Amino acid sequence: MKDWLREGPVDLRTKIGLAEMLKGGVIMDVTTVDQAKIAEDAGAVAVMALERVPADIRKEGGVARMADLRIVRSIQESVSIPVMAKCRIGHFVEAEVLQALGVDFVDESEVLTPADDQYHVDKHAFRVPFVCGCRNLGEALRRVGEGAAMMRTKGEAGSGNIVEAVRHLRTLTSEMRRLTTLRDEELMTTAKDLGAPYELVKDVAKRGKLPVPNFAAGGIATPADAALCMRLGAETVFVGSGIFKSENPARLAAAIVKATARFEDPDILVEVSMDLGRAMAGLEMSKLAPSERLQERGW
Amino acid sequence: MHIGVLALQGDFHAHLTQLRHLGASCGEVRSRVQLARADALIIPGGESTTLWRLLEVLELEQPLRAWLAEGKPVFGTCAGAILLAREILGPDRAGLGALDIDVRRNAYGRQIDSFLAPAERTAPGFEGLECLFIRAPVFERIGPQVEVLAEVGGRPVWVREGRAMAATFHPELTHDLRVHRAFLELASAGGSCRSTAETSSRATPYASSSSPATALARSASAGGR
Repeated sequence: MKDWLREGPVDLRTKIGLAEMLKGGVIMDVTTVDQAKIAEDAGAVAVMALERVPADIRKEGGVARMADLRIVRSIQESVSIPVMAKCRIGHFVEAEVLQALGVDFVDESEVLTPADDQYHVDKHAFRVPFVCGCRNLGEALRRVGEGAAMMRTKGEAGSGNIVEAVRHLRTLTSEMRRLTTLRDEELMTTAKDLGAPYELVKDVAKRGKLPVPNFAAGGIATPADAALCMRLGAETVFVGSGIFKSENPARLAAAIVKATARFEDPDILVEVSMDLGRAMAGLEMSKLAPSERLQERGW
Repeated sequence: MHIGVLALQGDFHAHLTQLRHLGASCGEVRSRVQLARADALIIPGGESTTLWRLLEVLELEQPLRAWLAEGKPVFGTCAGAILLAREILGPDRAGLGALDIDVRRNAYGRQIDSFLAPAERTAPGFEGLECLFIRAPVFERIGPQVEVLAEVGGRPVWVREGRAMAATFHPELTHDLRVHRAFLELASAGGSCRSTAETSSRATPYASSSSPATALARSASAGGR
């Protein structure tokens, strides 16, 4: 079975290559130049340039679109680490605009209001790499089939509650483990049931992992949350609202970076978890109406 | 000979994969204890600003400097090459100085400028080397003792000085094991590298003084700042 990183099409190799560089790191949501600098100083591997963090998008309501390009550009000019930005699901023109702006990664994100209720962006058509959200293996492989160079489990963005991120990570990894136990003749029906491309299902069955790196997102608010995601098989974490909705963002950002790098060491976690101030307030999932659950977006 | 791979952040797993394919004894380095156990070290690709921050907060920078001062074999790719440089440009700061080179970060541009290219000129045995550049740095200046082992676009992309090597591309992200094999030979050669040069022409980690690679090194050095 093909190793996409080492022998895939050239375009895909450079895209997945950048995702490889981000492994073991923390990608932070930022809305201003000052926040971007705090994130870079704290050791973020990349920033996600946004107009509003997910918690505010949730609070304020209305249609959430691609960020003001002036914000994205000013952040690009102020930091030397990769800058990502989000486009709406299916909004390939927003994606083209972000590519033209020179962002390093486009997140086709459920956090924004979907532009297309049936189709995602054809990501093969772009030179810029894409990351997409998933809640399970079928969704992940559909996005990879469309050309995503990196996956992230969705969790529930802007909730400050890790439970959905854990659910999605566990679902994804256990579904992959199950595939490795199947006989070859069982894979086609499994592909049909998953709604996933057969070739990719065969690939996962053979290797037990996604063909692209898998990161975690959605609800990470503490160093221990980040370490938990890493322990459950995430290769990097996205922290959205958690950092800049907390009492001491610089300190929390640095703590999460250190916890992610040394996620297996409880002594480090003790050290970094002290005196962080108040974390962001979280949301109880049962209090969220289905229509308020961002994770449901994506097809 | 145990090869450590600095595993704080970045594509360290890819380096370990290459080393295991070559049958080397290797492992992750995340702590001082693991660093002390390493006879040679690879610093992987990743984000150099993150690596600096982690070296500092995990109190590994001074131990790493002390480890390097012993002259042990070290190899840095991309971000790793940046860390090993003497001076880093964009933003400016001092590196670990394991090689007499200055490096400019993100010198090719943003991710859409990342590319794959074959090496144009190489030390003998490395012809056709596939070089994957991801938001890659360039060697802006290379010292007189630094040998160029491969060049892309008229620029040095793989260099060596003594038992230290640096590459601006990612030999860990290909099926070609020649670069890692060269590092293993360099690392296991002890004080004298000459015997390895004689035993394996295909994977010689450096060129002889009359080779084009060294001539390239001189011209690139002269063209530096």
